[in-house]
Amino acid sequence: MRIKATPMERLFYISNYLFLILVSLLFLVPFLSVLSTSFISTSEWARRGNFVLIPEAPTLDAYRFLFGGSQATVLNAYKITMFRTIVGTLMCLAFTGLGAYVLARRNLPGRTLLTLLVFIPMVFSGGLIPFYLVVDRLRLTRTIWLLIIPFLVNPWWLLIMRNFLMTIPAELEEAALMDGANPLTVLLKIYLPLSMPALTTIGLFYAVWHWNGWFYAAVFNSRRELYPIQVILRAILYLGDASYRGDMGIMFEPEFMPPAQTLKSAMIIVTTVPILVVYPFIQRYFVKGLLIGGVKG
Amino acid sequence: MEEKALPMIEMRLIRKNLFYYALFLPVAAYFIIFKYIPMIGVIIAFKDVKPFMSIGEILSAPFAGFKHFVVFFESYFFWDLMENTLMISLYKTLWAFPAPIILALLINEVRNTLFKRVTQTISYLPHFFSMVIVAGLVYVVFGVQGGLVNHVVRLLGGEAENFLGDPRYFRSILVGTTVWQTVGWGSILYLAAMAGLNPETYEAAMIDGASKIQQIRHITLPGISHVIVILLIFRIGDLLDAGFEQILLLYSPAVYQVADIIDTYVYRAGLIDLRYSFAAAVGLFKSILALFLLLGANKLAHRMGHTGIW
Repeated sequence: MRIKATPMERLFYISNYLFLILVSLLFLVPFLSVLSTSFISTSEWARRGNFVLIPEAPTLDAYRFLFGGSQATVLNAYKITMFRTIVGTLMCLAFTGLGAYVLARRNLPGRTLLTLLVFIPMVFSGGLIPFYLVVDRLRLTRTIWLLIIPFLVNPWWLLIMRNFLMTIPAELEEAALMDGANPLTVLLKIYLPLSMPALTTIGLFYAVWHWNGWFYAAVFNSRRELYPIQVILRAILYLGDASYRGDMGIMFEPEFMPPAQTLKSAMIIVTTVPILVVYPFIQRYFVKGLLIGGVKG
Repeated sequence: MEEKALPMIEMRLIRKNLFYYALFLPVAAYFIIFKYIPMIGVIIAFKDVKPFMSIGEILSAPFAGFKHFVVFFESYFFWDLMENTLMISLYKTLWAFPAPIILALLINEVRNTLFKRVTQTISYLPHFFSMVIVAGLVYVVFGVQGGLVNHVVRLLGGEAENFLGDPRYFRSILVGTTVWQTVGWGSILYLAAMAGLNPETYEAAMIDGASKIQQIRHITLPGISHVIVILLIFRIGDLLDAGFEQILLLYSPAVYQVADIIDTYVYRAGLIDLRYSFAAAVGLFKSILALFLLLGANKLAHRMGHTGIW
């Protein structure tokens, strides 16, 4: 029994739709503008550098420059990012899953103490400098493990995982133990399959975190070969910026360089496209994860 | 030694659970090495640690008392840093906190499911972008030559400007970027709360002739007020986080006076200028302040009848 819309209501709905379309454009336009800028050629840029909505002679020069011969930097950075995302996520899941599994055991003596061990770092941290000193003195700063080992567990996600595991009825385990299964079998054959949905969600959290991570990779490490794409993007963003402090150590040969603005745009696209490709598939897992965490919080 | 003091039953329980303690061991090791040792590491704030000291040298270095804290509190930039941190954070709260509520209210009124889904999908997208990508978009869109914003400014008859290097605009760009990146994602919790409201209440209101605006004011908003309140309280807990990565990527010396926050200062003093002890002291000052804010926020949540953060 829908009640017929009054003229006022119709006005409300129409303006609402228009406003939301406008909002959506605010999200899309910057991106489209960057996309078109990435195809501008050097000569066109020199001629009509003010602003180009649609390039007259689109060219892939900027992309060719980024991936081409002497600038293997970008390709290598992609490899680093892939490695940290795949290996890093798997290791994060192993640590987070194990920790959550143990903390989810209701009658484990000392459980409160172990939970506290995970919880305290959520409210207090030693800060950037002591953390850096630990990572540096462990000699991690010049290896790829810098991007993985210091970030194995996000306490917040561990607690979300624990809450999920606590919803699995204990009777399942009791029955299996009765049938003579050992604790390891229970973990692998009962809890692991049942927690796949939660592991997928948390795994995607970690994967996006790894894919997007740049700060520690840029600041704690000084070996170019270990820069992930985000750090290369950051370096390119500062091209042609006189006030740039230059703590990155990346140099491109200026003679053959496409316009800085074009290069920046192309690199943004190169970094974003993989996210755009997987985004439709991972979005709902993220929403689910947020709502699980939100209900708790 | 201690084990003997425990009752027999406890001992047996612990032995029975040895498997689980063993599973937890790597996790505990991770937390101790990368979370707790840095916490103990704050003692360097009370020493004079030089850049290339070994762990042993750091530990045996003599204590310097509160020297670094005093230097920081008495420095001319102390109040600048405090003001920048709090003002940027407050501006962000002022704009980026209500924005998702408004967006959720509007999306909630959309009848067409496809339109609703597309709008939501588009608005969530920036949440998945790294801060570098977002900064990149800002650089390109606000660029002096070839930037979209300056193009519009020129079309309107204005002069192109370097917005990012101008203290008058810098904070607005920060706030705007934050709204842009968080508004869609932030609306999810509110939309979920709205989906749980009883449709009969709306039908009754419509029969009584309540307008759309009245329905939003008297049904939807009160219905999600508990979510608003709890999220606002949480916001107090991280008031000192004004957006470290974002500012680090976008600022330049030209705008330090309005952009430099505690976190960016710690980064420069510690990792660029290598004044480890001094930077650690500034960082510790912030950590302690943040802890008190969080405790206060949690207490407030409990007093208002919410579960709180813990």
